[in-house]
Amino acid sequence: MKILSTSKRGEKLKVVRLNANGDLKQRLLSFGIMKEALIEILEHAPGKSTIEVKVGKMRIALRDKEAELIEVEQI
Amino acid sequence: MNENQVKTCPIIANHIKIALVGQPNVGKSMLINSVSNAHLHVGNFSGVTVDKTEVLFDYKDYHFTVVDLPGTYAFSDYTIEERVTHEYLCAESYDIIINVIDSTNLAKNLQLTSELMSMNKNVVIALNMSDEAEKEGLDIDASYMSELLGIPCVQVSAVTKDGIEDLLDAVVQVREDDKQISKLVFSEPVEEEIAQIVWYLDKHKYGAKNSYRNVAINLLKNNKRTYQRIHDNPIWTELQPILVEASKHIELHHDSDDIKEAFAEEYASFNRGIVAEVVKQKKQEEKKTLTEKIDSILIHPVLGIPIFLFFMWGLFQLTFEIGSIPMDWIDAFFGWFGDTVGATISNDEVRSLVVDGIIAGVGAVVLFVPNIIILFIGIALLESTGYMSRVAFLLDGFFHKFGLHGQSFIPLVTGFGCSIPAYMSARILKNDRDRLLTLFIIGFMSCGAKLPVYVLFIGAFFSPEMAGNVLFAVYIGGAMLGLVAAKVLKLTAFKGEDEPFVMEMPKYRLPSAKLIWHTVASKTMMYLKKAGTFIATAAMLVWFLSNYPHNHILEEKYEVKIESAISEDEKIVLSNKLQEVLLEQSYLGTIGKFTEPAFEPLGFDWKMSVALQTGLAAKEVVVSTLGVLYAVGGDVDEEDNSLVTAISKNIPFASAVAFIVFVMIYLPCLAASVVFTREAGGIKYFFYLFAFTSITAYTLSFIAYNLALFLS
Repeated sequence: MKILSTSKRGEKLKVVRLNANGDLKQRLLSFGIMKEALIEILEHAPGKSTIEVKVGKMRIALRDKEAELIEVEQI
Repeated sequence: MNENQVKTCPIIANHIKIALVGQPNVGKSMLINSVSNAHLHVGNFSGVTVDKTEVLFDYKDYHFTVVDLPGTYAFSDYTIEERVTHEYLCAESYDIIINVIDSTNLAKNLQLTSELMSMNKNVVIALNMSDEAEKEGLDIDASYMSELLGIPCVQVSAVTKDGIEDLLDAVVQVREDDKQISKLVFSEPVEEEIAQIVWYLDKHKYGAKNSYRNVAINLLKNNKRTYQRIHDNPIWTELQPILVEASKHIELHHDSDDIKEAFAEEYASFNRGIVAEVVKQKKQEEKKTLTEKIDSILIHPVLGIPIFLFFMWGLFQLTFEIGSIPMDWIDAFFGWFGDTVGATISNDEVRSLVVDGIIAGVGAVVLFVPNIIILFIGIALLESTGYMSRVAFLLDGFFHKFGLHGQSFIPLVTGFGCSIPAYMSARILKNDRDRLLTLFIIGFMSCGAKLPVYVLFIGAFFSPEMAGNVLFAVYIGGAMLGLVAAKVLKLTAFKGEDEPFVMEMPKYRLPSAKLIWHTVASKTMMYLKKAGTFIATAAMLVWFLSNYPHNHILEEKYEVKIESAISEDEKIVLSNKLQEVLLEQSYLGTIGKFTEPAFEPLGFDWKMSVALQTGLAAKEVVVSTLGVLYAVGGDVDEEDNSLVTAISKNIPFASAVAFIVFVMIYLPCLAASVVFTREAGGIKYFFYLFAFTSITAYTLSFIAYNLALFLS
């Protein structure tokens, strides 16, 4: 299964599943990161440990650890 | 606050109390700032240190009170601010909710709106930033949207002040109308379950303020408050199995074991429907928005960090260069003021207290107001333009290596202004360990009150061209030390799981001058107030300790010597000598002499030791103490008797370096220590902080002293 953290810059993806729990999951949901949501990878921070993604019109910064919990598929 | 209300709201009947709610970065504060003739009142929400702004104004026949609630993405209580907003909306009394929405991002903002719609409150939607939406070619049909949602939607712009009156008219209208009926529609399976619960509640004539439909929605969403209310009702035993079945059904439909996720998806699809109906994209969206263009430079993987460092360097240069211009005026003013006031007091003792104690002490502190204003403006700009989040993004990887969180950056930068708000803003970190770690490190970010000490010592030992660079080096050096300290603490005291890093990167915006002015003015006033009260008291105390006990024998002995001196020069030397010996045998001199051996390995004389100790009360007092101690004694000549000269003449370079290092690290001021203790959650943390900072300060200061001795 493809996950967000290993995806490349500029890739456009669809969220398949959130493997996060509790508060983190709530946070992702309130940011619009949920099943069926379209997600685009905009930028990697220096060292590639943090990524910037775009969901709808919102830009969100995530650490790779959190991005690992988001399963995606190519569209 | 009560007085204000009495003044502006004599008739309670025509009073409308509004809760202003919205997601972060939708321009809520700017919107209430754009209401004319508004009376702002800033306070705290009870029990927590979250700012609460209330705005009072009159419009038509109504007295309005608007409570600006902290920005919240959803009712998930993720941060303390979100919890405050949620609590307020559920438990406090108010008439109407104004939900502020960013018109350029409807779908995301409506997620919160959907949650508000099942709250049994009348809502008015303010479609803010309508001017920006227009520029982006977005055409929103507000009246159709009002119809679809059953909520009046008004297009406004806080920037151009368009639509503000329409918004207030809508509020008045809603207040006069009946209660709104929510038009929130869910998918079929959810609607089926809602219908069944509504039917059940209706059958048993369950007494509720909210509509049965909303009660049903809240029960399905696992809303704690609704549960608590219905739990004591006899119908609960029969209702419970129905709810369990309903939840299972909905979760199955959404292929999830989390009912909250299911509802988030329900809301999202409802909102997609609304957006599709009411928003027309007139022109093709540009390939790259302005924010993306700026971001491609500012968060560039290679250039991003150098650019950030350049901005910070520029800020410190400005602080020094521009800040020093009005300093001469302020200095001259206090000199004149002291002389003028002194001339009116006949009693020698009282005059000395007022002129040399209070006015000199407070003057030394007020002197640095220009520097502090510039620094505060810089930090406010960082925050309000949206650049702060970019820096958090850029630095998270780096920070994470040291065991810190990217968002620790926000309290840490605030720490350059003042440690107190910095300690408070550490609350954005949810994880206790991360928060505590950040709290321990904040002191390494030199606060505005330490700036005077640095400016004084750097000014005394470095050329004006170098001063800005040295100041920058001091600040960066402190920050670097902080990171190393964080790593050490993370490996020893604060081991454990890391907090997730998920953060919105808001659009870049031009900051509103009014908002910046408001923030900077209130912070500067806080600094001046401290100078007027706390520091004036400390200056008086220092004056007393440095003037008493009197030693008349010594005084007479020197007076005889001065009388018999032949040349004028000799007289001046003798009278300075007298003041120096008098000071040495004063209470302060005794304390200083007593503690001097402890600080001797760092190259501090007793005056510096005393200044450090009085600095525990407030860092500004370090300067005012040195002012009192060096204003007398030493080779002060008439033409240039400024403190800077006195310091450069009396303190060796290596001792000055060690002194700066010590001030950089040791315990923050009394007020900040109190806030630290409260935020950390116990007095034991204060002792940890005391031990940690003292040992680190002493050790590093010792190293710096010997290094400087060796090099020079």
